Formats: sequence, C-alpha cells, structure tokens
Amino acid sequence: MSDIFEFTPENFKRFQEILHCYPRKQAAMLPTLYLAQQQQGCITPEVEQYVAQLLEVSLVDVREVLTFYTLFFRRPMGHHHIRLCMSISCWIRGAGQIKENLTRILGVPSGEMTTDGNFSWEAVPDCLGACELAPMIQMDKDYYGPLTSNKITDILNDPSHSHNHKSTEQNTKETS
Amino acid sequence: MPIVKLVSEHFYNPEAKKLSWYRDQGGYANALKSIRDMKPQEIIDEVSKSNLRGLGGAGFPTGRKWTFVPRNTGKQVYLVVNADESEPGTFKDRYILEWDPHRLIEGIIICAYALDIHTAYIYVRGEYVRPTETLQNAIDEAYQGSVLGKQVLGQDFPLDIHVHRGAGAYICGEETGLLESLEGKKGWPRLKPPFPAIEGLFGHPTVINNVETLAHLPKIIANGSHWFAEIGCEHNGGTRLFALSGSVKKPGVHELPLGTPMHELIYEHGGGILNDKALKAVIPGGASAAVLACDESNISLDFDSCLKADSMLGSGAVIVMDEDVCMVKAAHNIMNFFAHESCGQCTPCREGTAWVHRILTRIVKGEGIPDDINALLDIANNMSGTSICALSDGAAMSFRSYVKKFTSEFEYHIRHGKCDIEQRLSN
Ligand SMILES: Cc1cc2nc3c(=O)[nH]c(=O)nc-3n(C[C@H](O)[C@H](O)[C@H](O)COP(=O)(O)O)c2cc1C
Ligand code: SF4
Ligand code: FES
Repeated sequence: MSDIFEFTPENFKRFQEILHCYPRKQAAMLPTLYLAQQQQGCITPEVEQYVAQLLEVSLVDVREVLTFYTLFFRRPMGHHHIRLCMSISCWIRGAGQIKENLTRILGVPSGEMTTDGNFSWEAVPDCLGACELAPMIQMDKDYYGPLTSNKITDILNDPSHSHNHKSTEQNTKETS
Repeated sequence: MPIVKLVSEHFYNPEAKKLSWYRDQGGYANALKSIRDMKPQEIIDEVSKSNLRGLGGAGFPTGRKWTFVPRNTGKQVYLVVNADESEPGTFKDRYILEWDPHRLIEGIIICAYALDIHTAYIYVRGEYVRPTETLQNAIDEAYQGSVLGKQVLGQDFPLDIHVHRGAGAYICGEETGLLESLEGKKGWPRLKPPFPAIEGLFGHPTVINNVETLAHLPKIIANGSHWFAEIGCEHNGGTRLFALSGSVKKPGVHELPLGTPMHELIYEHGGGILNDKALKAVIPGGASAAVLACDESNISLDFDSCLKADSMLGSGAVIVMDEDVCMVKAAHNIMNFFAHESCGQCTPCREGTAWVHRILTRIVKGEGIPDDINALLDIANNMSGTSICALSDGAAMSFRSYVKKFTSEFEYHIRHGKCDIEQRLSN
C-alpha cells in the first residue's frame, strides 16, 4: 500500500476544472474525493495525503470528511456495490425479507464482499429517495424495485437486462 | 378537486429534458420576462403575494425569506438549491431533476435575478447519480444555448450554476449543515444567528431554497400571484408534490393543491390501501413528522392544518401504514435512522436518539420493562428545543407520537414479550 497516488493527467485536468467552481480550494473536497475514488476504487491513506496536498488542508480535515460521509469507501468494494434500503417505506413493503434473501443469495452478511469480488452489499438505514419502488436497492448508479426474491436473482444475474425493474422511466410510469 | 399540474406537467415525457423541446413549449419565456420586463422588487412582491411556501420542509414563506437578504452591501449573494432530499419517504424533487430539469433552471434564473445573484449551487444528494447526470446535461445545454452564462437569455445579466454532489449524510439537508458540506467540511449545522441570509456560504449572504419551491416560480411569473394563491388555500399558495408511499396501491408522486383532504390523496390518487386492508396510521410529512392515527388522519394537507394537528406537512412525504404494521417496530425503524443520522454535535440529540433506539430495540426483542414508556416520553421532552438544529425536535416529535397514540401496543410488547400483530398474523 506504499504506492504513491496521483491523478491521471485527464483527472488532473478535471480536478482543475472543479476548482474553478469555488472561491476556496477546500470547497472542492467532496468532488475531489469522488474523482479519486472513481480512479482508485476507494480512498486509501495515500489518496488522503494527495487530496490534502492538492486542497492545501491538513490530513485531519480530509479524514474528518471521509469518516463523516457514507458514500466514500476506505477499502475496496465489489465490482458491483448494492445498497438495500431499510428505511420506513421499504420496511413496510417487506425490506426485511429482501435482506434475508440477499444474505442467502450472496452468501455474505451486509457490509461484506463476495469471495469472487463481484458484489459487495450493505443494508442501509437511510431512505434512498425512491420509496415508490419499495422495497428497492441501488446497484451502482441505478435504482431497482419493487423487488421480489425472483427479481433480485434476475438483477444479480444480469444487471443490464433488468431495466424492467429500473426506476426512472418504466416503473414510475406504471404506477402513475 | 380538479387536477392542476404546475410542476409535474412534464413528468414521464422523455422529451421534456431537452432544451429545444422545453423552449418550444414556451420555456424560459418567464425568465426572460422577469429580466427584461420586471424590476427585482416586483418579482419579490409577486412571490410574497402568491403565498408560495418553502417546500423543503419548514414551509417558510418564500417571498418573506427573500426580503431578509441585505441589498447593496457590495458582497456577492449566493443561491443554494437544496436537492439533498433525504427525509425518509421523500422522493418528489427527484422527479423534477429527472423529468423537468429546465423548469428548475428557469426558477433559479428568476430567483437569481430578483436577488441580484450571479452564482448558484445545486446540492444534490450523492445517491442521485442518474438524476444528477440529467440535471448536468440540462445545465450544459443551457450554457450552449446561451440560457446561462455571461448573458442570460441575451440579457445583461450573468449567472453560473454549479452542481455539487453530496456524499450520503441526511444532516446535509439541514440548510447550515449543507453550507458546511458545500465548503468542504463535515456537515455540522451552524449555530444561528447569524442566519444564512446575512452570513451564509463562504461568509456571504445566501438564500437557500428547495428544488420544488424554485420550480414553481416560472408559472407564478406567467400567471401572477393571485392566480397561484387561489389554487391553494389560506396562506398556502398553489400545489405541491406529495410523495405517497407505504401501504397504498399506487405509490408515487401526486401533485395536488394545498388544502386537499388526506383521504382524497390516499384513496383517489393512491388507489386505496394495499390488499384492501384497513388504514391504521399515516405520516403526513416525512419520518420527522408525528404520525396520525386513522381517526385523525383525514386532515387538510396544508402547513397550518398539520401544525394544528400537532404534526407537520414537512417535505410532503405521506407514508401510509395498514392494520398489519406494528407501531412499536415502525418507531424502532425510524429511530434507527435518527440514531444513525444525528451528527453528534449536541448532547441531547446524540445521546437521546441513541438511548431511545436502545430502549426500542429492547422492547421489540421482548425485553422491555414497564418504566420504558415513561422513560421514552421523558427523553422526548429533553430532546425538544435543546439543540442546534431541528433534527432533534423532529426525532422527538416522531417517536413521542407513536408512544402516545399507540401506547397499548407498547404495553403489550412489554407485558407479553412479543408482538400482538405478529401473533395475529401467524394464526
Ligand atoms: C434535519 C433536517 C433535514 C432537512 N433536509 C432537507 C432536504 O433534504 N431538502 C430540503 O429541501 N430541505 C431540507 N431541510 C429544510 C432546510 O433546512 C431548509 O429549510 C430548506 O431547504 C429551505 O428551502 P425552502 O424554504 O424552499 O423549503 C431539512 C431540515 C432539517 C432540520
Ligand atoms: S440537533 Fe442533532 S443533528 Fe442537529 S446539530 Fe445537534 S446533534 Fe447535530
Ligand atoms: S424508504 Fe426505501 S427508498 Fe424511501
């Protein structure tokens, strides 16, 4: 883990564009961390060091942000990352059962990664803002719901085929 | 009540997110009208008279909020658009971002012109990756089409809009937590005063408005304040998007005039209770709002009526619970959220949410003790009005209502060590 981290030339250019959006460097903290996470997969101590230098803040300032927010990973995650919403509307619509299913199907508890590194997942207490799809998951960038045990298996087998279950265009339309 | 679509008229139309389509429908005409034909003060007056209320949660009159911004101080004023949308049950702003981003941009231009603002930030919750992409595409198109930039719509008025992604923290929806987060720090809410209108982002005067609040502006400019005020009810102008979820047949976003009866939303627009069960309770405004028992649930959906019912209209998230939902477990679920999301800055909130969660966990497990009910009510009192931001008050309002209105369910769990509903369902 002693490798030095730095942005690729392309990302460095992107970083400089980000800086232009703010009157203070520190304000670029979240977008810079996102950019680094996109490049590296997670935020390692080397990344923290690098970001602190770029933004001219102390290491503590970066660490504090990193540990406060939930969307930054400090260790590698699976090829696909799944968040299962456990909040109130999803819970009413059976998220508890989906949690059991996911645990069984993936064979690892919430917070862990499958041995083949394909999936990592977590059951989260926060509402993901798509309660009309309850019970629902977010996998990578997309929302899927309403889920049943069968649908989950389909989605895991082929994340791309599953736009029947995807939030935006189809499902919300169906229920409108 | 008649169907009135003000901010949802373009939902489900995939063309609407394109600039050319939006302009063909008369889009940006009202931003242009504002800049070219109106004085800033006229816009502020119109918005005040329209009775538009803040639709992020607090319901504060938008026009009045704008008058707090000091003018001609020589300091740049910022607009911050709150698209953090994290109150459990809330998903309405997502629809605007996904389906009608230009309406938001047009609203931002109108607000910016009225308050002499030249930089706006839109703070979108980090989970909304796709909606953020749609929004960013719309902004890019708006720059290319000279709708944004040095000369907005060809007028002598510059405006830049930046999208800022949050990173998964409910407290960053609270306006000063949001400002801290935008400045690159953890989202700890600030002590007020100073209020953001005076000293907000980067120490500058700052207006913070919700996505939907701003999305209403183009139509208010188009049709006038009187027209808008007439659609709603007293002191509650226009419509709002209700995010309906839980035990209903048709969960989704429904736009209705403020003042619509709750049961019209649930039974007509929402298709009634799932599996034709009986309605047991409903939360009118997101997890922070007090739950309403069935017999008190048919209130008028406006800010003032909800306050009168000791609850709140909040974010417009209506969460329906049928007869099979256990209220002890519902309270436990909600307090799990608040215990997780308290930022930890104030002792009553940090300790209170964690403690309540522990007590509820033990009651759910069948290990509650008789004194727990009084302990819960005591903690609720200690958490109200004693902290920096309203998270603590919201959490207290919420769990207190479950304990007070469904006391017998808590007592049953404590006395028998099990859940009466679970037993009924397994028979
Ligand atoms: C804990 C907490 C969370 C909040 N979350 C949001 C949110 O996600 N979105 C939002 O618009 N307002 C949220 N608010 C309300 C904001 O503080 C603020 O009142 C609002 O953004 C102002 O805009 P408006 O007047 O247009 O409603 C929250 C408030 C609190 C106390
Ligand atoms: S009330 Fe709670 S969430 Fe708000 S500032 Fe205090 S500790 Fe943080
Ligand atoms: S409760 Fe799960 S998305 Fe809102």
